[in-house]
Amino acid sequence: MAPHTEQLIRSSAVQLRGLTRSFEDRTVLDGIDLDIPAGQFVALLGHSGSGKSTLLRAVAHLDHEVVGSGQLTAPERVSVVFQDSRLLPWRRVLDNVLLGLDGKEAEHKGREALAEVGLKGRERAWPNELSGGEAQRAALARSLVREPELLLADEPFGALDALTRIKMHTLLRELWERHRPSVLLVTHDVDEAIVLADRVLVLDHGRIGLDLTIDRPHPRSYRDPLLGEYRERLLAALGVTEDHK
Amino acid sequence: MTTSASTNTGTSTDATADTRAGTVTDASADTGAEAATAPAASVAVTAEDAARGRRRRRRRGLSPGKPWPASRLVGPLLLIVLWAAASAAGRLDTGAIPAPWTVLETGANLWTDGTLTTDVLTSLERAAYGFAIGLTAGVTLALASGLTRTGEALIDGTVQLNRAIPTLGLIPLFILWLGIGETFKIAIIAIVVYIPIYLNTHAALSGIDHRFVELAEVQGLSKVQFIRQVVIPGALPGFFVGLRLGVTGSWLGLVVLEQINATSGLGYMMFQAQNYGQSDVILVGLLIYGVFGLLSDTAVRLIERRVLSWRRTLSS
Repeated sequence: MAPHTEQLIRSSAVQLRGLTRSFEDRTVLDGIDLDIPAGQFVALLGHSGSGKSTLLRAVAHLDHEVVGSGQLTAPERVSVVFQDSRLLPWRRVLDNVLLGLDGKEAEHKGREALAEVGLKGRERAWPNELSGGEAQRAALARSLVREPELLLADEPFGALDALTRIKMHTLLRELWERHRPSVLLVTHDVDEAIVLADRVLVLDHGRIGLDLTIDRPHPRSYRDPLLGEYRERLLAALGVTEDHK
Repeated sequence: MTTSASTNTGTSTDATADTRAGTVTDASADTGAEAATAPAASVAVTAEDAARGRRRRRRRGLSPGKPWPASRLVGPLLLIVLWAAASAAGRLDTGAIPAPWTVLETGANLWTDGTLTTDVLTSLERAAYGFAIGLTAGVTLALASGLTRTGEALIDGTVQLNRAIPTLGLIPLFILWLGIGETFKIAIIAIVVYIPIYLNTHAALSGIDHRFVELAEVQGLSKVQFIRQVVIPGALPGFFVGLRLGVTGSWLGLVVLEQINATSGLGYMMFQAQNYGQSDVILVGLLIYGVFGLLSDTAVRLIERRVLSWRRTLSS
């Protein structure tokens, strides 16, 4: 398939060597080695407190106050999508998308990005006029407009209802197919990880416990029996046994 | 093992949600799921109906109901009507409380002979100067203290100390320093105004949501962009709270200053009237203070509503 050859040609987007981070006396990341090739869609699973957000924040250079060591290489253009949409309530939707950019060309790109996430016509709306799903779409547009080489997403759909979440999965995958950034998606939802990502990592006690490549075509269905096997392996790695089965 | 237990319930609810979404396309599974859930649903509905029947009487809404049109005017108007009725019936001592029309007449007379105009202009000038200085000082100090650590170290404690001293208690000292002229009056009004503006603006500036700081870092905003696009707009609601308190404060300061230490102005006019037993003149003065207070507060509210139009509050 085309994306795989492309990945071989392009170099690693993210490279971590012995990445360690600790809070007080607790080591949250314990010498992590990780390569994410350019254009790869990676999901990062783990229990709450397993350090997955810490890892994402380290890659995003958002952890100034955290003690740590190790080597970290990340691309220059990095965008972050948070769990909350984090739109500034005093800026209209388009101005939120353009935060930190100026000029006519940027505005044009901003409008395009909003159209791409299905928010055409809402440019002049205030953030508190948007539904939760729409706000998160706007946040996606804000991250897209900077044409990121790496997109970091910290449980971006965690606060959405189940139906909206399914729509957002489709949208995120479509956007990825079109723009091909590397993606690091932090989630606690095993199904979300399997349906979206080409590679799933499980973080356990500050180390990568499982690195699983999911070789199934897209679009994937939750009912795909082969995905069920991946699901069981991931749940086992997370220490969850399905007693009810 | 509490963490694994919580993850377990989390994934199992997710799984049921997914199954439901899946059944939309899968017809055979759909009927099965429906047959299983249908009886449970009907039981729930009947139980709910019974409960609703019993509870209906107590479910009278807790909100006070629809607002009346111009409801705020009802109380004051009723008061004026009572006042006029009691005066017309001769039940009020006209020396203590003159009739409303006497007050209006006195007001008109004072206006036409020019004394009122001079007094009102003098008072307005004092309030305006004091307010302008207080506003500038409050905002400048709040910015310096809210945006820089040096500023905070130098300014915040000092202002808090100033705030602890009742400003009107400074009057004797200020008269000694600045004389009994206009300067000391304006200085006192400025102090009354700057304190609430400083406190509220500073609190809003330093209380900026940490999530927005992170966002600004991610978006690569410069320090100046961050202050202009995130910190200041975010602090505006707090500033407006301070501004409204400051406006009220400027009138309060004015009344006190003009009643104790003045040779002109509205308060002086009222003070003189007290000496000559002219209660109608005192009421004219109070009326004008009231109108100014109301007008300035309305003006600030209108500006606030325009500037903060992004806020959808309960009142709009």
